[in-house]
Amino acid sequence: MTVKSKHVRIKGIKDGLIFLLDDKCPFEDLLSELRYKLEHSHQNILTGPIVHVDIKLGNRPVTEEDKEAVLEILKGQGNLLIRSIEALPVPGSEDNDALFLMSGILRSGQVLHHDGNLLYLGDVNPGGTITCSGDIYILGSLRGMAHAGVDGNEEAIIAASLMSPTQLRIADIISRPPDEWETRESSMEFAYLTNGAMQIDKIHNLVKVRQDLNVFKGV
Amino acid sequence: MGEAIVVTSGKGGVGKTTTTANIGTALALQGKKVCLVDTDIGLRNLDVVMGLENRIIYDLVDVAEGRCRLNQALVKDKRFDELYMLPAAQTKDKTSVTPEQVKDIILELKKEYEYILIDCPAGIEHGFRNAIAGADKAIVVTTPEHAAVRDADRIIGLLEQSHVESPKLVVNRIRPGLVKSGDMLDIEDILQVLNIDLIGIVPDDELVIKAANSGEPTVMNPDSSAAIAYRNIARRILGDAVPLMQLDRKPGAFKKFKKFFGMA
Repeated sequence: MTVKSKHVRIKGIKDGLIFLLDDKCPFEDLLSELRYKLEHSHQNILTGPIVHVDIKLGNRPVTEEDKEAVLEILKGQGNLLIRSIEALPVPGSEDNDALFLMSGILRSGQVLHHDGNLLYLGDVNPGGTITCSGDIYILGSLRGMAHAGVDGNEEAIIAASLMSPTQLRIADIISRPPDEWETRESSMEFAYLTNGAMQIDKIHNLVKVRQDLNVFKGV
Repeated sequence: MGEAIVVTSGKGGVGKTTTTANIGTALALQGKKVCLVDTDIGLRNLDVVMGLENRIIYDLVDVAEGRCRLNQALVKDKRFDELYMLPAAQTKDKTSVTPEQVKDIILELKKEYEYILIDCPAGIEHGFRNAIAGADKAIVVTTPEHAAVRDADRIIGLLEQSHVESPKLVVNRIRPGLVKSGDMLDIEDILQVLNIDLIGIVPDDELVIKAANSGEPTVMNPDSSAAIAYRNIARRILGDAVPLMQLDRKPGAFKKFKKFFGMA
Protein backbone atom coordinates (compact mmCIF):
# COMPACT_ATOMS: atom_id res chain seq x y z
CA MET A 1 0.00 0.00 0.00
CA THR A 2 1.33 3.39 -0.90
CA VAL A 3 -0.06 6.64 0.35
CA LYS A 4 0.71 9.62 -1.76
CA SER A 5 -1.50 12.19 -0.13
CA LYS A 6 -0.10 14.40 2.56
CA HIS A 7 -2.81 14.40 5.18
CA VAL A 8 -0.39 13.75 7.97
CA ARG A 9 2.57 16.05 8.37
CA ILE A 10 5.12 15.45 11.04
CA LYS A 11 7.19 18.40 12.18
CA GLY A 12 10.11 18.30 14.49
CA ILE A 13 10.36 20.92 17.19
CA LYS A 14 12.97 21.48 19.84
CA ASP A 15 11.58 19.05 22.38
CA GLY A 16 9.51 16.64 20.33
CA LEU A 17 7.26 16.22 17.34
CA ILE A 18 4.06 17.86 16.15
CA PHE A 19 1.61 15.74 14.17
CA LEU A 20 -0.38 18.10 11.97
CA LEU A 21 -3.44 16.24 10.77
CA ASP A 22 -5.35 17.58 7.81
CA ASP A 23 -8.85 18.79 8.66
CA LYS A 24 -10.43 18.58 5.20
CA CYS A 25 -9.96 14.97 4.16
CA PRO A 26 -12.22 12.12 5.34
CA PHE A 27 -11.32 11.01 8.84
CA GLU A 28 -10.87 7.41 7.72
CA ASP A 29 -8.19 8.42 5.18
CA LEU A 30 -6.44 10.31 7.92
CA LEU A 31 -6.33 7.30 10.18
CA SER A 32 -5.08 4.93 7.49
CA GLU A 33 -2.35 7.34 6.42
CA LEU A 34 -1.28 7.86 10.00
CA ARG A 35 -1.19 4.14 10.54
CA TYR A 36 0.83 3.64 7.34
CA LYS A 37 3.36 6.31 8.18
CA LEU A 38 3.99 4.98 11.61
CA GLU A 39 4.22 1.37 10.56
CA HIS A 40 6.10 1.71 7.30
CA SER A 41 7.58 4.93 6.02
CA HIS A 42 8.69 6.73 9.16
CA GLN A 43 10.32 3.93 11.07
CA ASN A 44 13.38 6.09 11.75
CA ILE A 45 11.59 8.41 14.20
CA LEU A 46 10.10 5.56 16.08
CA THR A 47 13.28 3.94 17.10
CA GLY A 48 15.28 5.63 19.74
CA PRO A 49 14.59 7.63 22.89
CA ILE A 50 11.17 8.72 24.09
CA VAL A 51 9.72 11.58 22.02
CA HIS A 52 7.04 13.99 23.15
CA VAL A 53 4.19 14.35 20.68
CA ASP A 54 1.64 17.12 20.18
CA ILE A 55 -1.32 16.27 17.97
CA LYS A 56 -3.13 19.03 16.12
CA LEU A 57 -6.39 18.11 14.43
CA GLY A 58 -7.01 21.59 13.01
CA ASN A 59 -10.59 22.73 12.55
CA ARG A 60 -12.02 19.26 12.25
CA PRO A 61 -14.87 18.61 14.65
CA VAL A 62 -14.00 15.36 16.39
CA THR A 63 -15.70 13.27 19.01
CA GLU A 64 -14.03 11.58 21.95
CA GLU A 65 -14.13 8.32 19.98
CA ASP A 66 -12.25 9.94 17.09
CA LYS A 67 -9.57 11.21 19.43
CA GLU A 68 -9.36 7.76 20.94
CA ALA A 69 -8.81 6.24 17.50
CA VAL A 70 -5.89 8.59 16.82
CA LEU A 71 -4.37 7.88 20.23
CA GLU A 72 -4.78 4.18 19.69
CA ILE A 73 -2.56 4.29 16.61
CA LEU A 74 0.12 6.38 18.30
CA LYS A 75 0.08 4.30 21.43
CA GLY A 76 1.07 1.34 19.31
CA GLN A 77 4.50 2.91 19.08
CA GLY A 78 6.33 2.52 22.36
CA ASN A 79 8.54 5.55 22.24
CA LEU A 80 5.89 8.18 21.47
CA LEU A 81 4.61 10.02 24.50
CA ILE A 82 1.48 12.00 23.74
CA ARG A 83 1.66 15.36 25.42
CA SER A 84 -1.42 17.10 24.02
CA ILE A 85 -4.21 16.69 21.52
CA GLU A 86 -5.87 19.76 20.05
CA ALA A 87 -9.19 19.80 18.28
CA LEU A 88 -12.41 21.75 18.00
CA PRO A 89 -15.20 20.41 20.11
CA VAL A 90 -18.09 18.75 18.34
CA PRO A 91 -21.34 20.66 18.29
CA GLY A 92 -23.62 18.71 20.58
CA SER A 93 -20.95 17.39 22.92
CA GLU A 94 -21.00 18.11 26.63
CA ASP A 95 -19.29 21.47 26.47
CA ASN A 96 -21.08 24.57 27.67
CA ASP A 97 -21.98 26.14 24.34
CA ALA A 98 -23.80 23.09 23.09
CA LEU A 99 -27.58 23.08 22.69
CA PHE A 100 -29.51 20.31 24.33
CA LEU A 101 -32.54 19.30 22.30
CA MET A 102 -35.89 18.49 23.85
CA SER A 103 -39.42 18.29 22.55
CA GLY A 104 -42.98 18.03 23.81
CA ILE A 105 -45.59 20.24 25.45
CA LEU A 106 -44.75 21.68 28.82
CA ARG A 107 -48.15 21.87 30.48
CA SER A 108 -49.48 23.78 33.45
CA GLY A 109 -47.79 22.64 36.65
CA GLN A 110 -44.89 20.95 34.89
CA VAL A 111 -41.30 22.05 35.42
CA LEU A 112 -38.37 21.42 33.10
CA HIS A 113 -34.85 22.17 34.26
CA HIS A 114 -31.71 21.79 32.21
CA ASP A 115 -28.09 22.52 33.01
CA GLY A 116 -26.65 24.22 29.95
CA ASN A 117 -28.36 25.64 26.89
CA LEU A 118 -31.69 24.27 25.84
CA LEU A 119 -33.46 24.14 22.50
CA TYR A 120 -37.07 23.23 23.21
CA LEU A 121 -39.18 22.10 20.27
CA GLY A 122 -42.74 22.64 21.41
CA ASP A 123 -44.92 24.91 23.50
CA VAL A 124 -44.57 26.05 27.07
CA ASN A 125 -48.14 26.52 28.28
CA PRO A 126 -49.35 29.00 30.92
CA GLY A 127 -48.46 27.59 34.32
CA GLY A 128 -45.53 25.62 32.90
CA THR A 129 -41.99 26.48 33.94
CA ILE A 130 -38.76 26.08 32.03
CA THR A 131 -35.47 26.80 33.79
CA CYS A 132 -31.95 26.64 32.46
CA SER A 133 -28.48 27.51 33.64
CA GLY A 134 -27.75 28.81 30.15
CA ASP A 135 -29.85 30.07 27.24
CA ILE A 136 -33.36 28.96 26.41
CA TYR A 137 -34.48 28.78 22.79
CA ILE A 138 -38.07 27.76 22.25
CA LEU A 139 -39.21 26.66 18.80
CA GLY A 140 -42.87 27.08 19.67
CA SER A 141 -44.99 29.31 21.86
CA LEU A 142 -43.74 30.52 25.19
CA ARG A 143 -46.86 31.21 27.24
CA GLY A 144 -45.58 30.10 30.62
CA MET A 145 -42.56 31.11 32.66
CA ALA A 146 -38.98 30.88 31.44
CA HIS A 147 -35.92 31.43 33.61
CA ALA A 148 -32.55 31.52 31.87
CA GLY A 149 -29.21 31.73 33.66
CA VAL A 150 -30.66 30.42 36.92
CA ASP A 151 -27.20 30.24 38.49
CA GLY A 152 -26.73 33.96 38.01
CA ASN A 153 -25.54 34.13 34.42
CA GLU A 154 -26.70 37.57 33.27
CA GLU A 155 -25.49 36.89 29.73
CA ALA A 156 -28.17 34.25 29.25
CA ILE A 157 -31.02 34.91 26.84
CA ILE A 158 -34.52 33.57 26.24
CA ALA A 159 -35.74 33.26 22.66
CA ALA A 160 -39.11 32.01 21.47
CA SER A 161 -40.98 31.75 18.17
CA LEU A 162 -44.02 33.20 19.88
CA MET A 163 -43.11 35.28 22.88
CA SER A 164 -46.11 35.72 25.15
CA PRO A 165 -44.83 34.59 28.54
CA THR A 166 -46.52 35.04 31.89
CA GLN A 167 -43.11 35.98 33.24
CA LEU A 168 -39.49 36.06 32.15
CA ARG A 169 -36.48 35.72 34.40
CA ILE A 170 -32.82 36.04 33.56
CA ALA A 171 -30.35 35.48 36.41
CA ASP A 172 -32.14 37.22 39.31
CA ILE A 173 -33.99 39.81 37.22
CA ILE A 174 -37.71 39.22 36.95
CA SER A 175 -39.81 40.82 34.25
CA ARG A 176 -43.51 40.74 33.52
CA PRO A 177 -44.50 41.50 29.96
CA PRO A 178 -46.43 44.73 29.57
CA ASP A 179 -50.00 44.33 28.46
CA GLU A 180 -49.48 45.83 25.03
CA TRP A 181 -47.34 42.83 24.08
CA GLU A 182 -50.32 40.82 23.01
CA THR A 183 -51.17 42.96 20.01
CA ARG A 184 -47.69 42.98 18.49
CA GLU A 185 -46.97 41.20 15.27
CA SER A 186 -45.69 37.74 15.90
CA SER A 187 -42.06 37.19 15.11
CA MET A 188 -39.27 35.27 16.75
CA GLU A 189 -37.89 37.31 19.61
CA PHE A 190 -35.45 37.04 22.45
CA ALA A 191 -35.07 38.57 25.88
CA TYR A 192 -31.74 39.71 27.31
CA LEU A 193 -30.36 41.89 30.08
CA THR A 194 -28.66 45.25 29.62
CA ASN A 195 -27.52 47.03 32.76
CA GLY A 196 -29.79 44.88 34.86
CA ALA A 197 -32.94 45.62 32.83
CA MET A 198 -34.71 43.18 30.61
CA GLN A 199 -35.09 43.98 26.92
CA ILE A 200 -36.92 42.26 24.10
CA ASP A 201 -35.69 42.33 20.54
CA LYS A 202 -36.13 40.55 17.23
CA ILE A 203 -33.98 37.47 16.87
CA HIS A 204 -31.81 38.89 14.06
CA ASN A 205 -30.51 41.47 16.51
CA LEU A 206 -29.08 38.72 18.70
CA VAL A 207 -25.65 39.44 17.23
CA LYS A 208 -25.60 42.83 18.96
CA VAL A 209 -25.72 41.06 22.29
CA ARG A 210 -23.64 38.06 21.36
CA GLN A 211 -20.49 39.29 19.65
CA ASP A 212 -18.97 35.82 19.75
CA LEU A 213 -21.61 34.34 17.45
CA ASN A 214 -20.69 33.12 14.00
CA VAL A 215 -22.39 35.67 11.80
CA PHE A 216 -23.59 34.97 8.31
CA LYS A 217 -22.80 37.94 6.10
CA GLY A 218 -23.70 36.56 2.71
CA VAL A 219 -21.42 35.28 -0.02
CA MET B 1 -64.99 -6.13 27.33
CA GLY B 2 -66.30 -2.60 27.65
CA GLU B 3 -64.53 0.71 27.59
CA ALA B 4 -64.06 2.91 30.66
CA ILE B 5 -63.97 6.65 30.03
CA VAL B 6 -63.20 9.10 32.82
CA VAL B 7 -64.73 12.58 32.60
CA THR B 8 -62.43 15.04 34.30
CA SER B 9 -61.52 18.73 34.30
CA GLY B 10 -59.34 19.78 37.21
CA LYS B 11 -61.45 22.83 37.90
CA GLY B 12 -64.80 22.48 39.60
CA GLY B 13 -68.08 23.68 38.18
CA VAL B 14 -67.26 23.34 34.49
CA GLY B 15 -69.82 20.59 33.96
CA LYS B 16 -68.19 17.21 34.56
CA THR B 17 -71.26 15.69 36.17
CA THR B 18 -73.64 17.18 33.60
CA THR B 19 -71.40 15.94 30.81
CA THR B 20 -71.18 12.46 32.33
CA ALA B 21 -74.95 12.23 32.78
CA ASN B 22 -75.70 13.50 29.29
CA ILE B 23 -73.11 11.53 27.34
CA GLY B 24 -74.09 8.41 29.30
CA THR B 25 -77.76 8.94 28.55
CA ALA B 26 -77.00 9.71 24.90
CA LEU B 27 -75.06 6.44 24.61
CA ALA B 28 -77.99 4.59 26.17
CA LEU B 29 -80.24 6.37 23.67
CA GLN B 30 -78.09 4.79 20.96
CA GLY B 31 -78.88 1.40 22.47
CA LYS B 32 -75.61 0.84 24.31
CA LYS B 33 -75.25 -0.82 27.71
CA VAL B 34 -73.91 1.95 29.89
CA CYS B 35 -72.90 2.31 33.53
CA LEU B 36 -72.17 5.68 35.14
CA VAL B 37 -69.81 5.69 38.11
CA ASP B 38 -69.67 8.61 40.54
CA THR B 39 -66.26 8.80 42.21
CA ASP B 40 -66.90 12.13 43.90
CA ILE B 41 -67.16 10.58 47.35
CA GLY B 42 -68.53 12.98 49.95
CA LEU B 43 -69.92 15.39 47.35
CA ARG B 44 -71.94 13.13 45.13
CA ASN B 45 -74.06 14.85 42.51
CA LEU B 46 -74.50 12.46 39.62
CA ASP B 47 -77.48 10.79 41.27
CA VAL B 48 -79.22 14.16 41.68
CA VAL B 49 -78.63 15.17 38.07
CA MET B 50 -79.91 11.77 36.93
CA GLY B 51 -82.88 12.02 39.28
CA LEU B 52 -82.00 8.74 40.97
CA GLU B 53 -81.11 9.98 44.46
CA ASN B 54 -84.06 8.32 46.19
CA ARG B 55 -83.24 4.90 44.76
CA ILE B 56 -79.78 4.57 46.26
CA ILE B 57 -79.32 1.71 48.70
CA TYR B 58 -75.63 0.88 48.61
CA ASP B 59 -72.73 2.89 47.20
CA LEU B 60 -69.17 2.67 45.87
CA VAL B 61 -67.60 2.53 49.32
CA ASP B 62 -69.92 -0.31 50.37
CA VAL B 63 -68.81 -2.29 47.32
CA ALA B 64 -65.13 -1.53 47.93
CA GLU B 65 -65.38 -2.62 51.55
CA GLY B 66 -67.35 -5.73 50.71
CA ARG B 67 -70.59 -4.78 52.48
CA CYS B 68 -72.53 -5.64 49.35
CA ARG B 69 -72.12 -7.14 45.92
CA LEU B 70 -71.53 -4.80 42.99
CA ASN B 71 -74.91 -5.62 41.44
CA GLN B 72 -76.72 -4.64 44.62
CA ALA B 73 -75.22 -1.15 44.55
CA LEU B 74 -76.07 -0.42 40.90
CA VAL B 75 -79.09 1.81 40.42
CA LYS B 76 -81.15 1.27 37.29
CA ASP B 77 -82.17 4.37 35.36
CA LYS B 78 -85.81 5.49 35.20
CA ARG B 79 -85.80 5.87 31.43
CA PHE B 80 -83.49 3.21 30.01
CA ASP B 81 -83.24 -0.46 30.85
CA GLU B 82 -79.62 -0.60 29.80
CA LEU B 83 -78.44 2.41 31.80
CA TYR B 84 -77.14 1.97 35.34
CA MET B 85 -75.39 4.13 37.89
CA LEU B 86 -72.98 3.31 40.70
CA PRO B 87 -73.38 6.13 43.23
CA ALA B 88 -70.65 7.54 45.45
CA ALA B 89 -70.97 7.58 49.22
CA GLN B 90 -72.05 10.88 50.68
CA THR B 91 -71.00 10.31 54.27
CA LYS B 92 -67.34 9.39 53.71
CA ASP B 93 -64.47 11.14 51.97
CA LYS B 94 -62.18 10.45 49.02
CA THR B 95 -59.62 8.50 51.05
CA SER B 96 -62.14 5.82 52.04
CA VAL B 97 -61.36 3.94 48.82
CA THR B 98 -58.04 3.24 47.13
CA PRO B 99 -57.29 3.48 43.40
CA GLU B 100 -56.81 -0.31 43.36
CA GLN B 101 -60.29 -0.90 44.76
CA VAL B 102 -61.85 1.42 42.16
CA LYS B 103 -59.83 -0.26 39.44
CA ASP B 104 -61.18 -3.67 40.44
CA ILE B 105 -64.76 -2.39 40.44
CA ILE B 106 -64.35 -0.81 36.98
CA LEU B 107 -62.78 -4.03 35.69
CA GLU B 108 -65.80 -5.93 36.98
CA LEU B 109 -68.19 -3.48 35.30
CA LYS B 110 -66.32 -3.69 31.99
CA LYS B 111 -67.32 -7.36 31.71
CA GLU B 112 -70.98 -6.42 31.81
CA TYR B 113 -71.26 -3.00 30.16
CA GLU B 114 -70.15 -1.56 26.82
CA TYR B 115 -69.38 1.90 28.18
CA ILE B 116 -68.46 2.92 31.70
CA LEU B 117 -68.42 6.67 32.29
CA ILE B 118 -66.55 7.73 35.41
CA ASP B 119 -67.44 11.09 36.92
CA CYS B 120 -64.25 12.50 38.43
CA PRO B 121 -64.17 14.93 41.35
CA ALA B 122 -62.52 18.34 40.94
CA GLY B 123 -58.89 18.59 41.94
CA ILE B 124 -55.78 16.53 41.30
CA GLU B 125 -55.52 14.66 44.58
CA HIS B 126 -56.69 11.28 45.85
CA GLY B 127 -60.12 11.54 44.26
CA PHE B 128 -58.58 12.16 40.84
CA ARG B 129 -56.25 9.17 41.29
CA ASN B 130 -59.26 7.02 42.20
CA ALA B 131 -61.21 8.16 39.16
CA ILE B 132 -58.50 7.53 36.57
CA ALA B 133 -57.33 4.23 38.10
CA GLY B 134 -59.66 2.04 36.05
CA ALA B 135 -60.08 4.28 33.01
CA ASP B 136 -58.93 3.43 29.49
CA LYS B 137 -59.71 6.80 27.99
CA ALA B 138 -60.43 10.30 29.19
CA ILE B 139 -62.66 13.19 28.29
CA VAL B 140 -61.41 16.53 29.57
CA VAL B 141 -64.13 19.12 30.08
CA THR B 142 -63.29 22.80 30.01
CA THR B 143 -65.15 26.07 29.62
CA PRO B 144 -63.94 29.04 27.59
CA GLU B 145 -62.26 30.72 30.57
CA HIS B 146 -58.56 31.08 31.26
CA ALA B 147 -58.82 29.46 34.69
CA ALA B 148 -60.62 26.38 33.36
CA VAL B 149 -58.22 26.03 30.44
CA ARG B 150 -55.24 26.32 32.80
CA ASP B 151 -56.60 23.52 35.00
CA ALA B 152 -57.49 21.40 31.99
CA ASP B 153 -53.89 21.76 30.83
CA ARG B 154 -52.68 20.57 34.22
CA ILE B 155 -55.01 17.58 34.09
CA ILE B 156 -53.91 16.69 30.55
CA GLY B 157 -50.32 16.75 31.77
CA LEU B 158 -51.18 14.35 34.58
CA LEU B 159 -53.17 12.10 32.24
CA GLU B 160 -50.25 11.95 29.83
CA GLN B 161 -48.07 10.67 32.65
CA SER B 162 -50.65 8.02 33.52
CA HIS B 163 -51.81 4.92 31.66
CA VAL B 164 -54.88 6.68 30.25
CA GLU B 165 -54.94 6.98 26.46
CA SER B 166 -54.91 10.28 24.56
CA PRO B 167 -57.53 12.48 26.22
CA LYS B 168 -60.28 14.17 24.20
CA LEU B 169 -61.59 17.66 24.82
CA VAL B 170 -65.12 18.92 25.40
CA VAL B 171 -65.52 22.69 25.47
CA ASN B 172 -68.61 23.35 27.51
CA ARG B 173 -70.84 26.38 27.92
CA ILE B 174 -69.86 28.36 24.89
CA ARG B 175 -71.77 31.55 24.28
CA PRO B 176 -71.42 32.28 20.57
CA GLY B 177 -72.31 35.94 21.05
CA LEU B 178 -69.51 36.48 23.55
CA VAL B 179 -67.00 34.57 21.44
CA LYS B 180 -67.87 36.73 18.47
CA SER B 181 -67.45 39.97 20.35
CA GLY B 182 -64.07 38.73 21.55
CA ASP B 183 -65.08 38.62 25.22
CA MET B 184 -64.82 34.86 25.42
CA LEU B 185 -61.96 32.58 24.44
CA ASP B 186 -62.70 30.95 21.13
CA ILE B 187 -62.21 27.27 20.37
CA GLU B 188 -59.07 27.91 18.34
CA ASP B 189 -57.40 29.72 21.26
CA ILE B 190 -58.19 26.83 23.58
CA LEU B 191 -57.02 24.17 21.16
CA GLN B 192 -53.80 26.04 20.51
CA VAL B 193 -52.89 25.84 24.18
CA LEU B 194 -54.20 22.38 25.03
CA ASN B 195 -53.20 20.68 21.81
CA ILE B 196 -55.47 17.64 22.09
CA ASP B 197 -58.30 16.33 19.93
CA LEU B 198 -61.65 18.05 20.24
CA ILE B 199 -64.57 15.66 20.65
CA GLY B 200 -67.30 18.23 21.02
CA ILE B 201 -68.44 21.73 21.82
CA VAL B 202 -71.51 22.37 23.92
CA PRO B 203 -73.29 25.72 23.75
CA ASP B 204 -74.46 27.38 26.94
CA ASP B 205 -78.11 26.50 27.29
CA GLU B 206 -80.56 27.42 30.04
CA LEU B 207 -82.39 24.17 29.44
CA VAL B 208 -79.38 22.33 30.91
CA ILE B 209 -79.91 23.98 34.30
CA LYS B 210 -83.63 23.35 34.15
CA ALA B 211 -83.07 19.73 33.24
CA ALA B 212 -80.45 19.14 35.94
CA ASN B 213 -82.80 20.49 38.59
CA SER B 214 -85.60 18.23 37.48
CA GLY B 215 -83.38 15.15 37.40
CA GLU B 216 -83.87 14.68 33.70
CA PRO B 217 -80.70 14.85 31.53
CA THR B 218 -80.93 17.59 28.88
CA VAL B 219 -80.09 15.14 26.17
CA MET B 220 -83.66 13.82 26.38
CA ASN B 221 -84.98 17.14 25.11
CA PRO B 222 -84.38 17.46 21.34
CA ASP B 223 -85.23 21.19 21.42
CA SER B 224 -82.10 21.99 23.40
CA SER B 225 -78.98 22.88 21.42
CA ALA B 226 -76.88 21.37 24.23
CA ALA B 227 -78.78 18.10 23.81
CA ILE B 228 -77.81 17.92 20.14
CA ALA B 229 -74.20 18.64 21.10
CA TYR B 230 -74.19 15.81 23.66
CA ARG B 231 -75.76 13.40 21.21
CA ASN B 232 -73.07 14.32 18.70
CA ILE B 233 -70.36 13.61 21.26
CA ALA B 234 -71.89 10.20 21.95
CA ARG B 235 -71.92 9.42 18.24
CA ARG B 236 -68.26 10.46 17.97
CA ILE B 237 -67.43 8.11 20.85
CA LEU B 238 -69.13 5.36 18.87
CA GLY B 239 -66.87 6.18 15.93
CA ASP B 240 -69.18 8.23 13.68
CA ALA B 241 -67.72 11.23 11.89
CA VAL B 242 -70.06 14.02 12.94
CA PRO B 243 -69.14 17.56 11.94
CA LEU B 244 -68.79 20.14 14.71
CA MET B 245 -71.84 22.18 15.51
CA GLN B 246 -72.03 25.50 13.68
CA LEU B 247 -72.48 27.89 16.58
CA ASP B 248 -73.20 31.06 14.66
CA ARG B 249 -75.49 29.58 12.09
CA LYS B 250 -77.91 32.49 11.81
CA PRO B 251 -75.37 35.31 11.85
CA GLY B 252 -73.30 33.22 9.43
CA ALA B 253 -76.09 33.13 6.89
CA PHE B 254 -76.59 36.83 7.28
CA LYS B 255 -72.90 37.44 6.79
CA LYS B 256 -72.96 35.47 3.57
CA PHE B 257 -75.85 37.58 2.46
CA LYS B 258 -73.95 40.75 3.30
CA LYS B 259 -70.88 39.45 1.54
CA PHE B 260 -72.95 38.78 -1.54
CA PHE B 261 -73.83 42.41 -1.72
CA GLY B 262 -70.30 43.50 -0.95
CA MET B 263 -71.10 44.91 2.46
CA ALA B 264 -68.61 42.80 4.42
